[in-house]
Amino acid sequence: MARRAGAPEVSAGSMADIAFLLLIFFLVTTTIETDAGLDRMLPPIEPPETDVVIKQKNIFQVNLNKDGQLLADGELIQLNQLREKATAFLDNGGAVSGSPDYCKYCKGKRDASSSDSPAKAIISVKSDRETKYGTYITVQNELVGAYNDLRNREAQRLYKRNFTDMEAEYLNPETDASVKEDLKKRVKRIQELFPQKLSEAETSSSSN
Amino acid sequence: MSKFAKKKDGEVPAVSTASLPDIVFMLLFFFMTVTVMKDSSVKVANELPQANEIKKLEKKDRVITIYVGAPTKEYTKTFGTEPKIQLNDKFANPNEVGDYILMERAKKSQELQNVLTTSLKVDKNANMGLISDIKLELRKVNALKVNYTTYEGDAFKN
Repeated sequence: MARRAGAPEVSAGSMADIAFLLLIFFLVTTTIETDAGLDRMLPPIEPPETDVVIKQKNIFQVNLNKDGQLLADGELIQLNQLREKATAFLDNGGAVSGSPDYCKYCKGKRDASSSDSPAKAIISVKSDRETKYGTYITVQNELVGAYNDLRNREAQRLYKRNFTDMEAEYLNPETDASVKEDLKKRVKRIQELFPQKLSEAETSSSSN
Repeated sequence: MSKFAKKKDGEVPAVSTASLPDIVFMLLFFFMTVTVMKDSSVKVANELPQANEIKKLEKKDRVITIYVGAPTKEYTKTFGTEPKIQLNDKFANPNEVGDYILMERAKKSQELQNVLTTSLKVDKNANMGLISDIKLELRKVNALKVNYTTYEGDAFKN
């Protein structure tokens, strides 16, 4: 009897085809995406124990009605004017020179009837229940934009870099720990110069 | 000079394709590892608004997503055309958002529980009323960090 010389060799020629098939499947189903958006902190539900008195002039009231019309500080304005108005309000620095609130780096008009300093200035957004979400995001975007413009200005003055770039690098998980430590100080410093104080009041209904 | 005459004329030697599977497998493994399978299908119209002052949402494991929008065609019969909230795979009322957040939070590991972000993926045609209901629910369960997820683009086109 003739003995078989081991098992016959399986042809591996089609291996590449199989692998290609799988490859194409994963290629098609893969979506490499990172979500992005506007970060916001909500106020805690418990009211603060001590009532804080805020001067009317330190509040920038933004009202958004159900037709997408915008009332900023009692004035009917267009969406594209909002950033400019918010910047002017934040950068005003109305406190008199020598007072503890005096803002050295502000370049605004120093109007006594507007905000004292960026640290005191609060922007309050109020919207109707019927307001379109898209419009609301536009308003939020413009207000964040106003803050970012001012922070970029200060970052350019102090560190010759844009604040938004520094923050993005700081938040990127791939950044080195030593670089991060350095960036953290800078980002903190700029954030203290222009703290983001956006208050989100509850929406009112149009019926009352 | 028979030494040099041996070569056959004009024939190119065949390139070995034996390493082709290895190369393809390498690519395959790359795509297999980076692929994230969607865990839930979106049942609502979800055209996000556009914004340009945006920040990236790093680290997917720290994000809880809430979808809001009008139900898509196949669901309009049962759920109507008004914008709805979608949690995981089903439609929900605003008062269920709190429980959902607590449940999702409990699933995450201990050290992540305090740094979670809630990503609101809201259709740009939804109303603010629903959003403020969600925000109130989020505040009740102390999930204060939110991210209004948007596309990158011109904010005035919304």
